Amino acid sequence: MERKEWPLWEVFVRSRNGLDHKHCGSVHAPDAKLALQVARDVYTRRQEGVSIWVVQADHIVASDPDAKPELFDPAEDKIYRHPTFYQLPDEVNHM
Amino acid sequence: MYTQALDIPQQNPEAKGPRVVENPAYQAEFDAKVDAGGYIEAKDWMPESYRKTLIRQISQHAHSEIVGMLPEGNWITRAPTLKRKAILIAKVQDEGGHGLYLYAAAETLGVSRDELIEALHSGKAKYSSIFNYPTLTWADIGVIGWLVDGAAIMNQIPLCKCSYGPYARAMVRVCKEESFHQRQGYDLLLTMMKGTQEQRDMVQDAVNRWWWPSIMMFGPHDKDSVHSTQSARWGIKRISNDDLRQKFVDATVEQAKVLGVTMPDPELKWNAERGHHDFGAIDWDEFWNVVNGHGQGNVDRLAARVKAWEDGAWVRAAALEYARKQAAREHQAA
Repeated sequence: MERKEWPLWEVFVRSRNGLDHKHCGSVHAPDAKLALQVARDVYTRRQEGVSIWVVQADHIVASDPDAKPELFDPAEDKIYRHPTFYQLPDEVNHM
Repeated sequence: MYTQALDIPQQNPEAKGPRVVENPAYQAEFDAKVDAGGYIEAKDWMPESYRKTLIRQISQHAHSEIVGMLPEGNWITRAPTLKRKAILIAKVQDEGGHGLYLYAAAETLGVSRDELIEALHSGKAKYSSIFNYPTLTWADIGVIGWLVDGAAIMNQIPLCKCSYGPYARAMVRVCKEESFHQRQGYDLLLTMMKGTQEQRDMVQDAVNRWWWPSIMMFGPHDKDSVHSTQSARWGIKRISNDDLRQKFVDATVEQAKVLGVTMPDPELKWNAERGHHDFGAIDWDEFWNVVNGHGQGNVDRLAARVKAWEDGAWVRAAALEYARKQAAREHQAA
């Protein structure tokens, strides 16, 4: 079967050194080299980035939105994982 | 860019009928999220009609950006100075970029880029009526930036907070870039107004032609707007067509004064009681005529779009084939 549409790539841009690459959208391109080129033209026309990652969208594995409760709710009642859980005397509370 | 056609019905309106709640538990969760001003993300459950409305609106918006490159692109080779030429190229490139952000947002709803483009080219999908007017002089380029992009900004700012995350994020990006479009247009006009009488007349003539189409960009009056109530309920539309139009008129009157032009509407005047400007009746027959494909430019615009797409087909095919061969070669070498 002939595929006519260029594959979809997800684009991640590091806006400056010291920050994470952040997802900013997607582009269609026939291969990785052109995906980078297109991403540069579409997402960094005003110096929005110093580094770009492109990942073919098919290669991204995402969690199931329906699985939100079992994946993320268990963390809800573990308040002892947060520093504010611990009441310390005023003199040392900046700890 | 340029939204407007946001609540213009498609050629084949979705079948009318009682609204079906497909999944009551999910629907309740969805409603609660939207009511609380939260965001819906791509893979979240959403009512089918919400998905369809968004696909229609986002793709109309994307198409408008892409078709919007044509009237301005016409003037790139005729820009009066190198500076203006560089600015216009940057603006037209931005419009292309905006179209691409928006196509990408629409694709998260499960429609392919090819389907979207096919809908534009076959005339099934709408785009903003504004691009079916011709750009006759260089002053039109300034007026498009000032009025058309100005109206678009009014329309688009509320969309940055719309309930569908990928659309809202694309709009944040678009709005950041849009201010340059309006300001360069106004700056261009200011320069022309400091020139000869002929140049000033050219600006006034362009304002006369673009004023009414610009305020039509906000779409039908609230009472006649087909999709508005449902879209407001879904957090897609935050401010009504008439409120946005009024805001635009109020903002623009002062800018016209500074520029030294008048609007072609004898009924346009300040109403102290309302705290707003009154303005004359809009010619909706003209609006629907243009939306439905009978404007001066509809045929040319679509023909130019289709030609560009078809002329580029061999390039797209060749690039894909090259990528396939490269991949096969690498596979063999490995």
